[in-house]
Amino acid sequence: MSLSAAIQREKTPKVKMTDIQKKEARWGLLFLAPFLIGFLAFYLLPMIASFVFSLYDFNPAVPDQAKFIGFDNWYRAIFLDAEVRLSFMRTLHFAAISLPIGLGFSLFLAILLNSRNVLGKNLFRTLFYMPTMIPLVAVVLIWAGVLNEQTGWINVLIERATGIKAIGTQGLRWLADPKLVYYAYTMFGLWGVGNAMIIFLAGLQGVPTELYEAAEIDGANWFQRLGSITLPMITPVIFYQLVLGVIGSLQYFLAPFVLNRGTGFPEGMTRFYMVYFYKQSFSFFSMGYGATLAWLMFIFALVLTIALFGSAKYWVYYASEEK
Amino acid sequence: MAVEKKPLKAAPMTKKARNFISTVAITGLALAVLFLFMIPMVYGIVTAVKTDSQFSKTGAPWWPATEGKFNYEGKDYEIYSVPLPDGDTRDLALVVKGRERSSFVDPDNPEAGLIEWEGAWRQLERTWAPDPQWSNFAKAWTTINFPLLLRNTVVYAVITTFGAVMSAALVAYGFARFRIPGKNILFMLMISTVILPGAVTLIPTYFVFLKLGWVGTWLPLIVPAFFSWGTNVFLLRQFFLTIPRELDEAAMIDGAGPFRIFFSIILPQAVPALTAVGLFHFFYAWNDFFGPLIYLAGNPDKFPITVGLTAFNNLYSQSTNLIQAASLLSAVVPIIVFFLAQRVFMQGIVVTGVEK
Repeated sequence: MSLSAAIQREKTPKVKMTDIQKKEARWGLLFLAPFLIGFLAFYLLPMIASFVFSLYDFNPAVPDQAKFIGFDNWYRAIFLDAEVRLSFMRTLHFAAISLPIGLGFSLFLAILLNSRNVLGKNLFRTLFYMPTMIPLVAVVLIWAGVLNEQTGWINVLIERATGIKAIGTQGLRWLADPKLVYYAYTMFGLWGVGNAMIIFLAGLQGVPTELYEAAEIDGANWFQRLGSITLPMITPVIFYQLVLGVIGSLQYFLAPFVLNRGTGFPEGMTRFYMVYFYKQSFSFFSMGYGATLAWLMFIFALVLTIALFGSAKYWVYYASEEK
Repeated sequence: MAVEKKPLKAAPMTKKARNFISTVAITGLALAVLFLFMIPMVYGIVTAVKTDSQFSKTGAPWWPATEGKFNYEGKDYEIYSVPLPDGDTRDLALVVKGRERSSFVDPDNPEAGLIEWEGAWRQLERTWAPDPQWSNFAKAWTTINFPLLLRNTVVYAVITTFGAVMSAALVAYGFARFRIPGKNILFMLMISTVILPGAVTLIPTYFVFLKLGWVGTWLPLIVPAFFSWGTNVFLLRQFFLTIPRELDEAAMIDGAGPFRIFFSIILPQAVPALTAVGLFHFFYAWNDFFGPLIYLAGNPDKFPITVGLTAFNNLYSQSTNLIQAASLLSAVVPIIVFFLAQRVFMQGIVVTGVEK
């Protein structure tokens, strides 16, 4: 809103700047200096350099032996090294499970806590938010404990409650069964839903109450109101969370690294793209190839973001566009 | 007529009652979800104070406990739960072990002397007595060398928070108050850095820091924080735009320059937003893992809590209780800070999340 307004204002016809305007611009640039320098030093130049690195066979331990090899790294990554494709597919597979569950759960919490009928709203909000504060490494270790196949409480509770054999090597091996491990990792993520929950809550509170009143007069029930008013009205928030979630998933690294040092246990299922990138770059120190993988990730991220933004016009509702 | 009127009269009551029922139902649902959500937390706390021996024994309870013992005439005897001939089951201390008959003593009534019992004592189950090991926290504290990790993390978090807030405030002031050619393009560039995967810039940056001799020190982690990050600038700019320009102009007429206005008008007005940005960065730094992992590899004396905890987990993977204790220790400071400042913090989340 403020952004587009600002753009409108700036589009004044080009005239020569007066001395006062020049002075103002100089002051402004001075204040922008940390960003301008940082952008050059930590974003633009490293990105270009990263591309240059990808054309070399390069190990930082022996920088003198760096050899220009053209697009060999790129050829290897795209056509020869199956692990690149596999780890990317694993990352997408995991994202396809963890993002809908994570977003769904945070939206569910937000709708629940936005209800007029919840007592102690603020206390609930604080308690649901609290685990988001716990450092991720600790989150992973606590959850790995509670999901332990022998002694974890989750399996004990499931077995006591349903009678299904859940404990032990014949039971639910959350972290060792290739079919379950993505769901286990998804559960770690549920302790980080605080931010999304707060943002959804703010989005829900921004839905005009007249809409609900009108729907109630028309006799719409709770589910109809949810489907026809609430969800469409907060699609911009869902969209924003989805974009951040997809980019975040591409860089998913911490849990597999903490739990198995990136071995991919079980059966390579947790060797995600970022884990493979780390292995190539900082275990094998083949940084030319690592830079190639990083650039490929950038291209993936760009394609996914463009695809998401392209899809936005079909499902994201922007009130301001209808003016 | 009278029959038709009745439901009309009763209507306000039913509405009230219905409201009450949905309040109970929805609050109950929220409580149930919260209960499930908190299971791992309770597990972590309970496991952290368990005794070491509990993990390897079958039949050990879920709560922290030791096997029951009773001191009888100067010697410790193990307590078993013994089914007696009269149908009762009592907890008795085993004094004389025998293949087919054993002698027990009742811990509640040792004066009564030995109780003879027919049966194989090996088939009896041990009893467990509650025995939380609060000292596990102290043990984890020293084993992991927590004071050092804590000091490293606090120093890192405080310095980078200062740098992040200062630089973001300067840049946000530039974006909010000055007409600069191409400002919108610059602003868009800044926002786009937020969704740029960090890996793309990592390798050349690492190489430069390596050449500078900074790898193995905190400098690669601290210095970039002083060059303003997109989200922080965005949040502060949004806030600065709400500060009335008249204040700036009044100060300008009084002869104040841009720096003077920044320090004596903008910053004092923006304390809530600055606090929010500071908290965001503080938590970010407390949680930071990938950066320290790469730049501090092989320098355990410089590790922050996150990397130290991971190394600890690899070394002591069998000491489940100590790992849980150390994990909880690492969460104490962020949770306390969060409780002290949650209002400002949550407002900041809303600004960055909804207005973009």
